[in-house]
Amino acid sequence: MEERNLTCISCPMGCPLTVVMNGAEVVNVSGNTCRRGEVYAKKEVTNPTRIVTSTVRVEGGSADMVSVKTKEDVPKGKIFECVEALKDVIVKAPVHIGDVIISDVAGTGVAIVATKNVE
Amino acid sequence: MKQYDIVIIGGGPAGLAAAVSAKKNGVDSILILERDKELGGILNQCIHNGFGLHTFKEELTGPEYAGRFIDQAAKLDIEYKLNTMVMDIRADKVLTAMNREDGLFEIQAKAIILAMGCRERSRGALNIPGYRPAGIFSAGTAQRLVNMEGCLPGREVVILGSGDIGLIMARRMTFEGAKVKVVAELMPYSGGLKRNIVQCLDDYGIPLKLSHTVVDIKGKERLEGITLAEVDSKGRPVPGTEEYYSCDTLLLSVGLIPENELSNGMGVEMNPVTSGPKVNESLETNIEGVFACGNVLHVHDLVDFVSEEAAAAGKNAAVYVKTGVGKRSGGHDIVLKAVDGVRYTVPVTINPEHMEDSITVRFRVGNVYRDCYVSAYFGEERVIHRKRQIVAPGEMEEIKLTKEQLMQYADLQEITVKIE
Repeated sequence: MEERNLTCISCPMGCPLTVVMNGAEVVNVSGNTCRRGEVYAKKEVTNPTRIVTSTVRVEGGSADMVSVKTKEDVPKGKIFECVEALKDVIVKAPVHIGDVIISDVAGTGVAIVATKNVE
Repeated sequence: MKQYDIVIIGGGPAGLAAAVSAKKNGVDSILILERDKELGGILNQCIHNGFGLHTFKEELTGPEYAGRFIDQAAKLDIEYKLNTMVMDIRADKVLTAMNREDGLFEIQAKAIILAMGCRERSRGALNIPGYRPAGIFSAGTAQRLVNMEGCLPGREVVILGSGDIGLIMARRMTFEGAKVKVVAELMPYSGGLKRNIVQCLDDYGIPLKLSHTVVDIKGKERLEGITLAEVDSKGRPVPGTEEYYSCDTLLLSVGLIPENELSNGMGVEMNPVTSGPKVNESLETNIEGVFACGNVLHVHDLVDFVSEEAAAAGKNAAVYVKTGVGKRSGGHDIVLKAVDGVRYTVPVTINPEHMEDSITVRFRVGNVYRDCYVSAYFGEERVIHRKRQIVAPGEMEEIKLTKEQLMQYADLQEITVKIE
């Protein structure tokens, strides 16, 4: 049995959660004051994911940088690989919101898309 | 002199939403004046996601959220001038502005919407002793450098203040290869949203030290390090708790101040608690036909509420232009009083005859309160009594009042909002 401590982010309460795990299985969640805490804890210990946002350089545009994001959540453990993959990327203007910058970032199957228009 | 029905100062989220709403409510002659080279305001540098859950029911990044409103403004053919600085506004609604194409020029407006936003508190406001070397930035300046100009301000970072921009920058600088050593917060609670503490600090193992502040800055040309110390309940450093951190960069995320020089210049009455204008139920200032919305009125945590507020200001300005009747005339004002833990309310007065069917009163509390009630007293009578498990200064609160409810109290003079 393994214990993990989390802070719930479902509301401003920020309940301190304790999750008891048996391998990859959640045995018990405590410390939460509502059901949302349990849902959050289960997701966070079994499959934590995040949207990653960053910037890449633009050539010949009205701005030097264009902001980008992963189109969907990626596993938390892949965040730095995603950021690393963007390090030397240079795109040519114009770039528009939703344009695909990388089709499959860090083997996640998730695309990196532009989040700003640069003409 | 050029004339417009509505002139909006600022093309950020508040100005854009106000313009779109004014146009949809039947006013065609609208001009937005923006000092930056593009519309969108501060959202352009807020590349992280989490915007728009209330407005668009999806999580957008800042530039995407701004883009939605810029598109709407373009579809509605709303006129704007970029790179344009408003120098002065007179109480008779004559604006003086300038830019490189038009030089110095004046505009006569029928109504004005103040949407200038806010700026960051700087080191000067904090009384940190020590030298003044390079390497000390406000968190927002660092955000602009990294996200828009592609420069990294430094490699070893300490952040003072746990405001949301500081927390977001802790993660952002980490992504860019910097080492963020610690975030120190003077207060015993964080000024930022819980979600940002978990996703920007905890995710990357960055410690948050509450009740700590910077007591010394070392380095003459470039910052070399800072000393942190714990503070007591009165905010005084506790001797013996000093701890030295070497760093080349110190980011300050210590609060935002509404930018009201123009409002002050034209004689708008201010609320000393929010540093923003005092407004009535129509978000109208003491000067008839001059409205305020967004962070220039009071600092928000969520842009969605800025858009909502700005849309109301835009609508009210449109009504004022079309009817020519100020909401200041007729009926009587109920004064909203903030006491017992409630620091302020927006608006500060409500005229039931002029309000819409319901109104959202927004406020902030002065401390963290657990298992409490948010209450509103109509005179002596407690009308609203809502249980809350927790309220905190970092999260804006609201109560809703309906016209029907207020009309039942004919001679009501005062509504008191408090925490019990």
